[in-house]
Amino acid sequence: MSRPQHRDHAGAKLGMWLFLLTELFLFGGMFLLYGAYLVRYPREFAAAGREMQLWFGTVNTVILITSSLMAAMAVTAIQRGGRRLAVWLLGGAVICGAVFLINKYLEWSHEFSRGIYPGSSRLAAAPPGESVFYSLYYVTAGLHGLHVLIGSVLLAVVAVWAWRGTIHAGDFAWLENSALYWHLVDLVWIFIFPLYYLIL
Amino acid sequence: MEPTEPTTTAAGFWSDTGRSGIASWIFSTDHKRIGLLYFYSVFGFFLVAVALGLLLRIELMAPGRTIMGPQAYNALFTVHGVVMVFLFIIPGFQGSFGNLVMPIQIGARDVAFPRLNLLSWWLYMAGAAIILTSLFTGGGPPDTGWTFYLPFSGRTGTNVSLAVFGVFVVGFSSIVTGVNFITTIHRLRAEGMTWGRLPLFVWSLYATAWVQILATPILGITLVLIIAERLLGTGLFEPGQGGDPLMYQHLFWIYSHPAVYIMILPAMGVISEIIPVFARKPIFGYRMIAFSSIAIAAAGSLVWGHHMFTSGMSDMAILVFSFLTFIVAIPSAIKVFNWISTLYRGSISLEAPMLFSLSFIFLFSIGGLTGLVQGAAATDIHVHDTQFVVGHFHYVIFGGSGFAFFAAMHYWLPKFYGRRYAEKPAIIAWALMFTGFNILYFSMIVLGLEGMPRRYYDYLPEFAPLNLVSTIGSWILATGLMILLVNLFMGLRSGARAGSNPWGGATLEWSIPTPPPTENFADEPVVTHGPYDFRGTGVP
Ligand code: HEM
Ligand SMILES: [Cu+2]
Repeated sequence: MSRPQHRDHAGAKLGMWLFLLTELFLFGGMFLLYGAYLVRYPREFAAAGREMQLWFGTVNTVILITSSLMAAMAVTAIQRGGRRLAVWLLGGAVICGAVFLINKYLEWSHEFSRGIYPGSSRLAAAPPGESVFYSLYYVTAGLHGLHVLIGSVLLAVVAVWAWRGTIHAGDFAWLENSALYWHLVDLVWIFIFPLYYLIL
Repeated sequence: MEPTEPTTTAAGFWSDTGRSGIASWIFSTDHKRIGLLYFYSVFGFFLVAVALGLLLRIELMAPGRTIMGPQAYNALFTVHGVVMVFLFIIPGFQGSFGNLVMPIQIGARDVAFPRLNLLSWWLYMAGAAIILTSLFTGGGPPDTGWTFYLPFSGRTGTNVSLAVFGVFVVGFSSIVTGVNFITTIHRLRAEGMTWGRLPLFVWSLYATAWVQILATPILGITLVLIIAERLLGTGLFEPGQGGDPLMYQHLFWIYSHPAVYIMILPAMGVISEIIPVFARKPIFGYRMIAFSSIAIAAAGSLVWGHHMFTSGMSDMAILVFSFLTFIVAIPSAIKVFNWISTLYRGSISLEAPMLFSLSFIFLFSIGGLTGLVQGAAATDIHVHDTQFVVGHFHYVIFGGSGFAFFAAMHYWLPKFYGRRYAEKPAIIAWALMFTGFNILYFSMIVLGLEGMPRRYYDYLPEFAPLNLVSTIGSWILATGLMILLVNLFMGLRSGARAGSNPWGGATLEWSIPTPPPTENFADEPVVTHGPYDFRGTGVP
């Protein structure tokens, strides 16, 4: 309907924070399961964790942190009227997202070729806890990968809007909220990385 | 049943629209239109599921096979449960009456995110369509029960994945509404609408919205895991692969117990609105009622384990969950006592909304007390998975939330249609429903105590008489429901005109014209008194 749109920046941000909370709880369910099964299968989890390819995980961590930084800088840039810079930074963040997914694809291909995937005969022969570990990993990382994809698309759209001038110093709620979303994606990975690649 | 033609009242938000025909509804961002959209879709699904419930009762009318075989019975109670829970009672209040009256009650022109509000309805419909598709494609309707317990739901050949995905989409819609409502209540209250003057219905929606956004994601991940289990064979709950089915039950009930508060809290909010208006007295203990909504939401999040007393938990866990469950009874009882105290020495007018509200108190109390029987581990072991449980939860969600929903229909719909229903048939309908209800479900409680299990399509001959009684009760109930429907439908089409404040309420929705104009308020209202301060409403 044609009513004068009033902008409530604080309201938009509150809504986004609430939504991010729900995302956190979504992944929280997976971390809960991880905790419960870790208590049951400490040795099997450790054995499986040592099999993970640390190199892939490290690279992806660096990529995501970099892109998160770029997204944050894009928000500051737009606030200061630097629209071109903001578009460049967002573009960089989107590319990082794409590289992350490619890297993930390579990692998974590698794991598959070694026979590590749900229902594989190698895992069927291994102690049961190991299969649980990898299943948890694939579901959690898969869900996270889906979020990387969604976040990248979101950042790309926002970059186009910034380029066209729909998003500007006076109204950047969409940009700020997309950046918040991207930080969440980053944050979740910061939990996944140590739990599956490092501490075991 | 599309409310496209405002035949009687060419006024207010009914006529003031940029688009025409159906598009003026399904693309509208006006909270009142979205509320009505929700109302009709939610209520439509309710009627479908009632029909399924009646079929279940017909099958149970006599021992042996009556009208269907075991597989059909399994599918039917699953679909009945899934539709009732996920398509009617969980989205019901927030979607329909929440959308219709909450923005007006806080003095706002609309919700904080009107387009997200519309998206929420679209997601709901998409989810519903997916669930319905799952009934007729693939391996046929799921036969797992609405709880989708693994490992069975991972193995059955029926169309579980698609149905579960549909529920996931509906859950997303629920989250969107929750985010929207919390933001609206925080940001868009009119001047003078302090937290202490918030109508109790709004308080209950607020508490509900928090449960929605904190619990629904857990359901989301649980559903994702079912699909992963079926499609990828992850084996996370499959004992043969190291998984543990009990873990599934924990995850499922971490959502689904709080979900019962999504079903009941707004219903309690409705009752807290209606009782003071029809007793012509300010509500007793406003603060305690508002606070107890939050307390129920908070304490209720910690008791999920009482669904698993017989699943093989540790004794310590059983003790703790049993104790916590009893604690939730306290804030619920506070509400009941406050309603009763409000009624005490009130000048009570027994019109349809009030009759439904009073029966809410009665039926909800029976539901609550039978709930305590199941909250105590010792007695639960006797009644677990018997008809007793079926009786209990119908008393709570149907006798409680369902009757509150009917109360809300009689109380608020005239405001939005501008016309009134006839009082006498409304009371007849109520009497039939109330009587039928108790015959139908009290028999189940007794049958359960005698040991008849639930989710069985057949039973021993000694259970035959009570089952027949129960089935007859279901027909009385259905007759009452039909009368209610016809009466409301005819009244809202061509009944007497409803003034702007037919009941003498003091909340803001009664201060604006009937039906409300598109933007609700001509000027931003300034609130100067509480929601149950009846001085100045023209009613003694
Ligand atoms: C005329 C109305 C209704 C009738 C006749 C009816 C009847 C039944 C019957 C016979 C069962 C199966 C019992 C068993 O074999 O275990 C059942 C299950 C159930 N009903 Fe209803 N019911 C009605 C309304 C409702 C309402 C309003 C709700 C909720 C809002 C509801 C929610 C459920 C649920 C969740 C189940 C459990 C399904 C399962 O075990 O998976 N019912 N109902
Ligand atoms: Cu429960």
